[in-house]
Amino acid sequence: MSIMSYNGSALVAMIGKDCVAIASDKRFGIQGQTVSMEFPKIFEMGPQLYIGLPGLATDIQTVAQRLTFRVNLYELRENKRIRPKTFMSMVSNLLYERRFGPYFVDPVIAGLEPVTHKPFVASMDLIGCPMVTEDFVVGGTCSEQLYGMCESLWEPNLEPDDLFETISQSILNAVDRDALAGWGAVVYIIEKDKVTTKTLKARMD
Amino acid sequence: MSERYSFSLTTFSPSGKLVQIEYAINAVAAGAPSVAIKATNGIVLATEKKQSALHDETSLHKIEPIAKNVGMVYSGMGPDYRVLIRKARKLAQQYMLMYQCPIPTLQIVQRIASVMQEYTQSGGVRPFGVSLLMAGWDHDENRPYLYQCDPSGAYFAWKATAIGKNFVNGKTFLEKRYSETLELEDAVHTAILTLKESFEGQMTEDNIELGICDQNGFRRLSPSEVKDYLAAIV
Repeated sequence: MSIMSYNGSALVAMIGKDCVAIASDKRFGIQGQTVSMEFPKIFEMGPQLYIGLPGLATDIQTVAQRLTFRVNLYELRENKRIRPKTFMSMVSNLLYERRFGPYFVDPVIAGLEPVTHKPFVASMDLIGCPMVTEDFVVGGTCSEQLYGMCESLWEPNLEPDDLFETISQSILNAVDRDALAGWGAVVYIIEKDKVTTKTLKARMD
Repeated sequence: MSERYSFSLTTFSPSGKLVQIEYAINAVAAGAPSVAIKATNGIVLATEKKQSALHDETSLHKIEPIAKNVGMVYSGMGPDYRVLIRKARKLAQQYMLMYQCPIPTLQIVQRIASVMQEYTQSGGVRPFGVSLLMAGWDHDENRPYLYQCDPSGAYFAWKATAIGKNFVNGKTFLEKRYSETLELEDAVHTAILTLKESFEGQMTEDNIELGICDQNGFRRLSPSEVKDYLAAIV
């Protein structure tokens, strides 16, 4: 039994034209048994900055809460919104502080830069090794399936509506090949002036 | 050092003053003058460094970098300044370690001012006998910031200021000479002239120090660069 697959999760974030999208499944299970179909794994850290946390459910919640703590203090001290790249370093620092007793999460970050509105995605491992990409990042128990789906469906400069279609198909088909992830999905499309949340109609098995 | 004292040595007088801080400010006012001016494209720090002819002037500096984008100068007690330099440098690096970002000037000022305030309230210690002039370039906002930190822990943002001996005259001089459109080159010139007002004797590249903070970071000028600026004011 692997700790990272005790609860099950699917997370993906993609870059589009002047927008980013982040999607997750909604299952909360304890090994084989599904306990809830409304378990949030994506958290808002700023008006155009979101983090997705796949992995152990208790750590998903604790890391989200502790990050919110740090981000709030940062914004109060610095009197400004935190930038995606700085936020990524903050997450990395938080995880590495627990290097020898880590939080069992593999964060996925999606956001837009405050002034330039440049899209940003990043992911990291459970001890905080950051990875910034120009296309997409994935995480969770079906990350392999997600890599396959994203690699075939993604193309650069997708408009928000097309990005929504692409990310939705990627996550729906990937979780259908994973017993532990699925039971519904939610997508956030982040543009410079608004964030749209959509719940996907998925196979509920 | 302060393990044995559980009570503060800085206590209120009946009139509501903390005399130890007042005395610390007096120590600053007795120290060698320092001047700082914020221009549109950078900040200049200038200070008098009178040493006897026997001193090896290259081995001790008053203007010191704290991070690549922040530097500072002081008036008052040199040894107290050294402690603050170490603390400021460590705090700036801690920030870099966590955020992978150069520390914004206001952030390092607030942290150092907080340290200085601690020493007015903690057990068994005395306030720092220095006032600091901190100059930094904020890359996020792409502009310079100039702050003064006092022994009390109070900090002020300035466009131009003077501290140390004769600081009142220095500030009066700056009030007349300062303009919002001043550029760095002219600001250096003005800073040297402000120092000259209270300078006894001949100003040379060995008895003043200059520091510049601009988009490319903070650096102390070499004696030969100082000499060039001095030549312009003769």
